[in-house]
Amino acid sequence: MLQKKIPMFICFLMGFLLFFQFYIPTSWSQNFYSTILRWILGISSFAIVLAVASLVRHHTRKIKERKDIPYSITLLVSLVATALIGFIGGIKSGTLFDKIFNYIQIPLQSSMFAILAFYMASAAYRAFRARNIEATLLLLAAFIVMIGVIPIGDLIHPYVPSFAQWILDVPNLAAKRGIAIGVGLGIIATSIKIILGIERNWLGR
Amino acid sequence: MKFLEYLAKIDRRIIYLILAIFIIIPLIKPLNLPIGSSHPVKSLFDFIEKQPEGAVIVLSMDYDASVYPECHPMSRAIARHAFLKNLRLIGLTLNPAGTGLALEVMTEIPKEYNKKYGKDYVFLGFRPDITATILGFGEDIRKIFPYDYFGNKTDTLPIFKDVKNYDQIALVVSISGSALPVSWIYLARGRYGQDIAAGVTAVMAADYYPYLRTGQFVGLLGGMKGAAEYEKLIERRELATSGIDAVSISHILIILFVIIGNIGYIVLLKRRK
Amino acid sequence: MNISLNPWIWIAAILTIAIFSFLYKDNPLYKFAEHLLVGVTVGYYINIYWHNAAYPYIIKPLFLEKQFLTLIPFMFAILYFSILIPKYSYFIRYPIGFLLGALNGMAISPEFKEAILVQVKDTILPPFSFSLEFFNSLIIFIGTLCVLIYFFFSLEHKGVLKGFSRIGIIFLMIGFGASFGYTVMARISLLIGRIIFLLKDWLGIIR
Repeated sequence: MLQKKIPMFICFLMGFLLFFQFYIPTSWSQNFYSTILRWILGISSFAIVLAVASLVRHHTRKIKERKDIPYSITLLVSLVATALIGFIGGIKSGTLFDKIFNYIQIPLQSSMFAILAFYMASAAYRAFRARNIEATLLLLAAFIVMIGVIPIGDLIHPYVPSFAQWILDVPNLAAKRGIAIGVGLGIIATSIKIILGIERNWLGR
Repeated sequence: MKFLEYLAKIDRRIIYLILAIFIIIPLIKPLNLPIGSSHPVKSLFDFIEKQPEGAVIVLSMDYDASVYPECHPMSRAIARHAFLKNLRLIGLTLNPAGTGLALEVMTEIPKEYNKKYGKDYVFLGFRPDITATILGFGEDIRKIFPYDYFGNKTDTLPIFKDVKNYDQIALVVSISGSALPVSWIYLARGRYGQDIAAGVTAVMAADYYPYLRTGQFVGLLGGMKGAAEYEKLIERRELATSGIDAVSISHILIILFVIIGNIGYIVLLKRRK
Repeated sequence: MNISLNPWIWIAAILTIAIFSFLYKDNPLYKFAEHLLVGVTVGYYINIYWHNAAYPYIIKPLFLEKQFLTLIPFMFAILYFSILIPKYSYFIRYPIGFLLGALNGMAISPEFKEAILVQVKDTILPPFSFSLEFFNSLIIFIGTLCVLIYFFFSLEHKGVLKGFSRIGIIFLMIGFGASFGYTVMARISLLIGRIIFLLKDWLGIIR
């Protein structure tokens, strides 16, 4: 009861109330809605506990098992240090916390994603093959858009950017609209299933 | 044939080196290729341009450092445009890792235009829940967001004396590296009829054309090119404009890679037959 | 060349090169940088979540402003800590259930309107005319319909359905090709951003 039925009931109750609140424009309904919005912002802020607990548990286990000790220590020390620096020195612009963000986090995170460009170039050379009509169509559309969006496209011929824009505005739009409608229906169906308790994966094991 | 076989098996690190060289050269020796103006970017520019003085724009900087070169120039350009037109700006972020980037925009840009904090602009900081935050703007902003990023009570800030909710907000611009702009459409526009615009990475840009056609987005900036176009429209050369030459040259290089790779593939395939 | 003397710029440049060193091969410098990123990011998150959300929405109203109704969200929030006690870790389902139910309930109606109704309305053909606008609308109508038919797997794709499905695939390939074309720009832009930092802020080669 405590493990599954009560959480499912809470989920159903909140879903039911907030769904029908949309159609009830009275002042008590609006006050209830505003209160719940503030509560959600407060409750969801504690979700970080899950991430931190899981990460610390994983790396302390690695240290106990003597696997990759220096790296796990680096992670845990930097986690604690950054957290403490923020709590002690504040988080405003110009603080040490802000400098750590600008000169450690930004370069590391940007660089991690920047190396994807190299992998994409390698894949373009080795893997993108026009094996059949569909793949050829995909590559042709890609070439036209790639040339059309850069200034060189306009220098080749004035119609190149216009044609590329037409591909984006018409056939691409049709494909993406079909996908968007499908995804939208899927989201709504999943939301209803969660509220009614048909979808229970969020309960875990 | 041996040459084609060599090309087919070329070390990937040579490909990396060629790409790096083709990016560095146009950065050191700019080509100054002309930057055009596409209709999605122009639509957003015109929408902001026609706003009266004092109108309020919400700039939601929902991205992090992983998409910095694409999204950050967009935020800076939109903020500059708003201040050039003497519009008021409310900044926030729905991505915790992007808070520092949003803080930089809301600290550096207003100084250049002598804007006063609390009266001309305010930074609400990060909010943890997307749905509650977007819907919260439709209720009483001061009740849902009692404090700003710096700990000031929002009901003491002059900007919120006449800005209560979406009714007083002209436009929400969501700059994001994910599907967050669509959440703004679903919730802010769906429930409150708010006008929304988006600045997204090039990866996502092609997916948002259905929303542009229906008017659910009043404008759309796509990738570094979109940011460069906007910088050109506000006549300010920054990161996006600096990088667009390198983008052009590397696009040609990638096309050549695909063509050479396919030529080699077809020739070797015929040879095996 | 005008190399920067700012130690923070040097730290950023060294960390950038550490990540790029992975392109040659995996090495201890890269692994160190990778773990540093995770640690700094999570430490950063803790502060941002505390200062921007936990403190102003729960801690301050409850303990300093004595708004006792805040006790309800506080009780839900505290249950997140049950993850630390394996025997009672199932209590974490309470705040998750609260959030899932509330958020999904609020979102269903506006999402149905914007995700489905508005898109379907725009797909409907306008009155016939010999114009580019009608021609484009016709292509969008056919394309959207065929793509939706392609994704309908409850019926076997044979006969007429197979034909429509094939047209849907063609539209999807053009759409994915357009996305790929844009993706190339996205990935290259990320690399350009880092190279501009190295050449401009660190080495001072470009202005």
